[in-house]
Amino acid sequence: MNRCAIIGIGQTHHKAKRQDVSIAGLVREAAARALADAELDWKDIDAVVLGKAPDMFEGVMMPELYLADALGAAGKPIMRVHTAGSVGGSTAIVAAQTVISGVHRRVLTVAFEKQSESDAMWALSPRIPFQPQLTAGAGGYFAPLVRAYIHRTGAPDDVGMMVAVKDRQHALKNPYAHLRIKGIDLAMVRDSPMLWDPIRYLETCPSSDGACAMVLTDEDGARAAPRPPAWVHGLATRSEPVVFAGRNQVDPQAGRDCARDVYAQARIADPRRDIDVAEIYVPFSWFEPMWLENLGFAASGDGWRMTASGVTALGGALPINPSGGVLSSNPIGASGMLRFAEAAMQVRDQAGEHQVDGARRALGHAYGGGSQFFAMWIVGRDRP
Amino acid sequence: MDRDEEVLEAPYRLEYTYQRSTGPVIGRFLGALRDARLEGVRTASGSVMVPPLEYDADGAATGEPTVVGPGGVVTTWAWVTEPRREHPLPHPFAWALVRLDGADSAMLHAVDAGSIDAMRTGMRVVPRWQDERTGSIRDLACFVPESAAAAAAAAAAAAAASAAAAGDDRPPVTMFPSPVALDYTVTAGRHLSAYLRALAERRIVGGRCPVCTKVYLPPRGACPTCGVPADAPVEVADHGVVTTFCIIRIPFDAAPFPPPYASVAVLLEGADMPIFHLLRGIPPEEVRMGMRVRAVWVADDQLGPTLASIRWFEPTGEPDAPHDQIARHL
Repeated sequence: MNRCAIIGIGQTHHKAKRQDVSIAGLVREAAARALADAELDWKDIDAVVLGKAPDMFEGVMMPELYLADALGAAGKPIMRVHTAGSVGGSTAIVAAQTVISGVHRRVLTVAFEKQSESDAMWALSPRIPFQPQLTAGAGGYFAPLVRAYIHRTGAPDDVGMMVAVKDRQHALKNPYAHLRIKGIDLAMVRDSPMLWDPIRYLETCPSSDGACAMVLTDEDGARAAPRPPAWVHGLATRSEPVVFAGRNQVDPQAGRDCARDVYAQARIADPRRDIDVAEIYVPFSWFEPMWLENLGFAASGDGWRMTASGVTALGGALPINPSGGVLSSNPIGASGMLRFAEAAMQVRDQAGEHQVDGARRALGHAYGGGSQFFAMWIVGRDRP
Repeated sequence: MDRDEEVLEAPYRLEYTYQRSTGPVIGRFLGALRDARLEGVRTASGSVMVPPLEYDADGAATGEPTVVGPGGVVTTWAWVTEPRREHPLPHPFAWALVRLDGADSAMLHAVDAGSIDAMRTGMRVVPRWQDERTGSIRDLACFVPESAAAAAAAAAAAAAASAAAAGDDRPPVTMFPSPVALDYTVTAGRHLSAYLRALAERRIVGGRCPVCTKVYLPPRGACPTCGVPADAPVEVADHGVVTTFCIIRIPFDAAPFPPPYASVAVLLEGADMPIFHLLRGIPPEEVRMGMRVRAVWVADDQLGPTLASIRWFEPTGEPDAPHDQIARHL
């Protein structure tokens, strides 16, 4: 197996509406920035691996067809990956696997979403005959899980609000973040409208237009790169059925299995000790403590204590989502890849104001569907 | 009974209008169409692409706009004998690739030739413009065979448009609506159909997996964990326990009531999977996990093969179930 490294990272400035560009122009912007970071040209790329959110979200059924020219794919392999909200992560993993397997030497991977062209609430709540109504968009699906988490652990009411404040404070340090709420504090979150009780407006992610791209390469490519690479130390995906009797949706088995696999590949015995920073997929604030437990950073029932202690803020022992996370920028199809890319930026010492000092190993995490798809990678400053 | 007759079927239309942003290159092309003008774009290799794209086949960004046409040559075509509702013309016409004068690529559009006998590869055509133009590919109604009269009409339309454009303060074209509508016939399948038919008789019938013994609602052709049919019929109670819930306070199009209202997961007695439904008869802020609830059915004459045969659930007033009873169910 070959080693794989990230040598180019690009993203757009994420916004509610990017009406100045087409979808092609949007992905081009991120891809061109990734190529510039790697100091490569379109002709240097061997293959393109593309991901986006489910088709109804923006009504583009074959993005690989529409975007082949915008991504310089003529005469090259191009493919599209689907795994709902985790797609940005699994797309990067498919791209990395083509390098690890020795099939390609330099791969461009891109993920995007232009939410302004559609309505995710509509896309998630169709009235299909014979099917029970999904209650009300993603919030209606996930709010009962959040309630179950709070009930099981006895977490105080304000932990979700603390996450909402912390991630938005981080976003103020990230020039690409969509939500930049000056003076964000607990009172502002508490006073925001309750949408899907117990989830308040400011505890939810925004709808964003944006794209993310990375250039992945092998050991020779990493040696030739102009800037320090991030090395892939491990990568894994897992899934589980969305419905089965006794399913633990608050702490899904697929997430635990995926984490165990990726830690074993990276020789991580104790994630809390061995990982310096993590970008995890938190679309609703309470998913931070839930995933801290699922990922093994905290014991079952203790995730909220870790959040409440301040450990997960920039400056804490294990900063979570220094970029501002999904709560601050949510181009759904790209949100998973942004987590993976931000993890790589951290170990490349490339994160500017939201850099975690001395970050050597980072986790990128994404989940999707009804908490049923998981994608994770561990990246490091040192060659594995 | 014939199996096909057991399966419920219903029409379903998936319909939405996406709002596309054009980007500068496509927007300029659509703006030119609004002015009854055809424009291409010059690529890095010097060729002229019509309709324009933002990037050429080599992945390079395309360059300056170039006026092409208005006439062109049919490079290939297919005759449509029975136009469909969505087609641009109500009578037989040709779909053709038309290479406009000055262009190096051909564009697909309709040719209104009157008869298949009037169509041939290599024939010259000119545009016929809509009178009302909005910045859409439909502003170009179709092409017609070139003749003195057709050429004069096209030239007159272009002249009128350019006179109008001189005093034009309309904003550039940056957006266009993109309606989609897909018609499906949805079939419920045997297991779901049986479950729904029982609801029309005020019965809730699940299916037991013979391997793990879990009772699924509705019964399933394959148990998600064991892979064998989970369809041995088991009648479950119409009362149970709220395992978790959400108070919906956000209004949205498909909402059953004005908010706030409670959406609950109910584990019916005898089932191993909760069903999602509405809870009424209690202020939303008093809903609790573990609350015991029962189904409120619609009147007899409103019963049908649908979960809507249960209007909603309401509290029974009995003491709440202990947490252990719901801990393994969401």
